Amino acid sequence: MSLLALQRAMRDQILAVEPDGVAAGSERGLAVYRHAYRAQLAACLRDTFSKTQAWLGDEAFDRACQDHIADHAPHSWTLGDYGEGFEHTLRRLYPRDPEVFELAWLDWGLSRAFDGPDADPVSQEALASVDWDRAVLHFVPTLSISLVRTNAAAIWSAIAEGVTPPPAATLPQPAAVRVWRLGLSPQFRTIDALEREALELALKGAGFAEVCDRLAGQGDDGQSAQALGAMLGSWLQDGLITSIT
Amino acid sequence: MLDPIAPFQGFGLGLRPPHYREFLEEDLDVDFVEVISENFMVRGGRPLHVLDRVRERYPVAMHGVSMSIGSVTGVRPDYLTRLKALVDRVDPIWVSDHLCWTGIGGFNSHDLLPLPYTEEALAVVCANVARVQDVLERPILLENPSSYVTFADDTMSEQGFMAQLCERTGCYLLLDVNNIFVSGTNHGFDPYAYIEGVPADRVRQIHLAGHSQGRELLIDTHDQPVPDPVWTLYEVACSRFGPAATMIERDDDIPPLSELLAELDIARRRACSSGRRAA
Repeated sequence: MSLLALQRAMRDQILAVEPDGVAAGSERGLAVYRHAYRAQLAACLRDTFSKTQAWLGDEAFDRACQDHIADHAPHSWTLGDYGEGFEHTLRRLYPRDPEVFELAWLDWGLSRAFDGPDADPVSQEALASVDWDRAVLHFVPTLSISLVRTNAAAIWSAIAEGVTPPPAATLPQPAAVRVWRLGLSPQFRTIDALEREALELALKGAGFAEVCDRLAGQGDDGQSAQALGAMLGSWLQDGLITSIT
Repeated sequence: MLDPIAPFQGFGLGLRPPHYREFLEEDLDVDFVEVISENFMVRGGRPLHVLDRVRERYPVAMHGVSMSIGSVTGVRPDYLTRLKALVDRVDPIWVSDHLCWTGIGGFNSHDLLPLPYTEEALAVVCANVARVQDVLERPILLENPSSYVTFADDTMSEQGFMAQLCERTGCYLLLDVNNIFVSGTNHGFDPYAYIEGVPADRVRQIHLAGHSQGRELLIDTHDQPVPDPVWTLYEVACSRFGPAATMIERDDDIPPLSELLAELDIARRRACSSGRRAA
């Protein structure tokens, strides 16, 4: 058997739900590799999605892992990428419990932010000379945003603090969560629809004045201008902005 | 022509997250620190911050698990690019990985899968090692893995395969004494004869670890203290290989650092009692 044929056969036997005959190596030895493959991936998911696991319980979470592993062979050289898409598996398994996949999105976003690219927040000195009519904001590369319908963020925080999490609930208003890293610490914050829209516009390259113009029509002009000013302040305070050009 | 790797005699431990604080703040009796390369082949954040600080305090050896040096489809260029970036950042005492394959094409098992010891596999591994060494601009060390299968097509022993590999590529060896014991038990070969067949001048590092008894096979679990038969084999290895750096691997059920430091002291004593040659 050529090396290519042997490696393909062994890969197929590791991936198969039930190995059909042993083309490479002995059956008992192959069982070790088949078990190690699944155990390693499940451990990776448990490590990455620890709050989701705590919410679902070990048994349900392990079933979700096995479901995901059966359909998702790893492709990246790093195990750190394996959690990509796990929230979609949970969305399929728990269509009526949106807090489950929203929790998973939060776990995943924080995990990505943990070792994402470094970036320093813009300095106070640089702010002094900004021409706000032309200013374009640039954000930390670890920033990600997702719509949320539930109180998943509150559930995540309660689990992290070791207190009893609140029951799952639908939020009264549509909201979003932004995730980023400040210094070495991953962070998240629940934001309203206006801030989500402003961030998404700014991330697409719109200047801050354009963001203000486009969102000024939402509700009372005075109120939105005030809100946009406050949100710029919170972006600076949270270290979201790396430079302003 | 790549510069040879000079022997580095010392006793080290792995850098694992539960022990970050001690490695950063305390004056530990370790001569070097080994890191899992992939854990630091990231874009930023705490892992690299910690590694940079640790590197200021200790020599660092980089040990990888995803090079897939035995893959017939070659070593992934994206992996090599990231590894080279980390090598440039850390300037490690050496870079090691395993004599195995972890995936093929777009698939990665994230496990150390066994190679058949054939001329074809040797040619594949030699070509991959040559490419890696060209990119990294330094020779690498390869470690004998624990294995749970052998192949009917094998035409040489593992140690014979490694000897040929070193001769053809100029690479070095990281000899895992526990893995020799585990594979020897699983496949019925004599671990002492294995050590006799290893090219002594190519061994630059020794790994020590514990294992567990599976249903039918010994499993390389790295979750136990080093057991007596592995210590005995280590003494034999020390007397044969002389000045090779020794490191204790613990990746699961990680105990307090003080326990690992105490185990490292045992390694020092065992190395001395073996009549190990001075560096």
